[in-house]
Amino acid sequence: MVLERPRVAVRERRQIRLAWVARHSIAIALAVMFITPVAYLVLLSLMTSNQALTSDYWPNTWHPENYVKVFEATPLPHYLLNTVLYAVTATVLTLASSVPAAYALAKLRFRGRNALFLVVICVMMLPPQVVTVPLYLMWARYGLTGSLAPLIIPALFGDAFCIFLLRQFLLTIPGEYLDAARVDGCGEWRTLLRVVLPMARPGIAAAGLFQFFFCWNDYYGPLLYTSENENSWTLTLGLASFRTVHHIDWNLVTAATVLAMAPLIIIFFFAQRAFVQGITLTGFKG
Amino acid sequence: MDGVRLRRGLTTFSFLAPALIGIAVFFGYPLISAVYFSFTKFDLLSVPQWVGLSNYRQMADDPFLLQAVRNTLWMVMVFVPVRIIFTIGLAMLLAQLKRGAGFFRTILYLPSLVPSVAATIAFVYLLKPGTGPVNHLLEKIGINGPLWFNSPAWAKPSLVLLGLWACGDLMIIFLAAVLGVPESLYEAASLDGANAWHKFRSITLPSIRPVILFAAVTGVIYTLQYFDQAAVAGSIASGQATVGAGISQSFGYPEGSTFTYPLWLYTSGFRYNALGYANALAIALFVVALAVTVILLRRAKAFSGEES
Repeated sequence: MVLERPRVAVRERRQIRLAWVARHSIAIALAVMFITPVAYLVLLSLMTSNQALTSDYWPNTWHPENYVKVFEATPLPHYLLNTVLYAVTATVLTLASSVPAAYALAKLRFRGRNALFLVVICVMMLPPQVVTVPLYLMWARYGLTGSLAPLIIPALFGDAFCIFLLRQFLLTIPGEYLDAARVDGCGEWRTLLRVVLPMARPGIAAAGLFQFFFCWNDYYGPLLYTSENENSWTLTLGLASFRTVHHIDWNLVTAATVLAMAPLIIIFFFAQRAFVQGITLTGFKG
Repeated sequence: MDGVRLRRGLTTFSFLAPALIGIAVFFGYPLISAVYFSFTKFDLLSVPQWVGLSNYRQMADDPFLLQAVRNTLWMVMVFVPVRIIFTIGLAMLLAQLKRGAGFFRTILYLPSLVPSVAATIAFVYLLKPGTGPVNHLLEKIGINGPLWFNSPAWAKPSLVLLGLWACGDLMIIFLAAVLGVPESLYEAASLDGANAWHKFRSITLPSIRPVILFAAVTGVIYTLQYFDQAAVAGSIASGQATVGAGISQSFGYPEGSTFTYPLWLYTSGFRYNALGYANALAIALFVVALAVTVILLRRAKAFSGEES
């Protein structure tokens, strides 16, 4: 018996070690598979325009100057400016308008609260194609198509997914903190700003990141509303513009794509911990 | 006393006012308009003309619609469950990694940061039948690779692969759920001698069930509106190489196998200018989406956050 024990421990440790190796091998294999198409885009962006039309995957000659060319071929900085304007203002405004609504749905008692929450879920599930035509006609009536306004103005009035995500996070904040603030004589708005906001920071960060990534890569919205006016184009629309009459300069399209993605990758890498911490769908936290 | 209640009501209303306006203007109004348009005949230049149920009657014998519905149903039946199982697997793996967790999370999330048009282009090129690197590799290990996006049988499975590759958002949501399961539950199970599979079945799975429900419903809705990837894949694989105007001519390539419901909606509305019919298609889509959502709402207790 006495001799038996260390052996078991050794076997157990070996098993843990093996599992560790297995997990990391799978992770590395998956990482290679996941990154290959992205690496392929990068390789494509370094080819000549003619080679990029073939199905080669290794550049015959390397052309890093493509990354300079994209700035000459299109007003890329201008597209970038529009993208930043759209993504930043829409994200900030969406959070500002969604947080109070999410707080009311999570922590205030009023008649019709459950019904309203169900409506929010319905809105979240609505395919955008359903309301495209009437909304387009509405913005056209006010002469706002061809600008970023139809993309930014709705952010003033909350976003269903954002409200849903924030409500689920706010449910995890214990009611005692709010009661304490109320006993101290804080009104509901003061309670929200002073007590709830600081505690909800991870949830707000996660909702903000979802919104920001969505706006940055949004293709359908800008295509619908801004395609008639090149001054309002965002990066995603600009990507489709490296086109002559006969062919597309895939090398430039991919170079611009890589440039457009780079900021998001950096943001995600540094924010991923907060991102994961801020998401809860069930309304409890372990 | 009434004054207090009134003031409290006003405060609550002030929290909700922006969202209420948003729901009315950007959901209620366009939905009602779309229902109205679905009973009319018009293009963007003409005034809508009331035609009653004729758009809906037209849907009954529309061969393109039948094909589009078949393809979309295939995607719903295959893509949605496969995506959920695959993403849970990824989340479980990521949750257990200690070393380099941030690095692996970033790499596996990376594909969802690639704009959908560029991602689809990269995939079609990698899977090119004759000369693409994937079939090259398969050939080396003695497998005759399929025609992928150029084969009517393989085009949809190729789209599924593309979708699995770009599943980052759902992966992060599942990862958060898996990490949210209290460690103490696992420790207690270990003391009872449970193995990894038992722990997954009896602890992880029940804890993340609401998230699976969420993933199923959002997955169905996402698949019902599947547009960019199907449109671009058809265009690039057919050799047309355009992602802009005129893209609708290659919709569904090869042999209509990637022709999804939203592609037909877009074609009727913006290529044939039959906006009334397009709105009828949109309303039909909404009814299906609503039915799926109702299933979620019936179980909305899972999201209420109040322990029963």
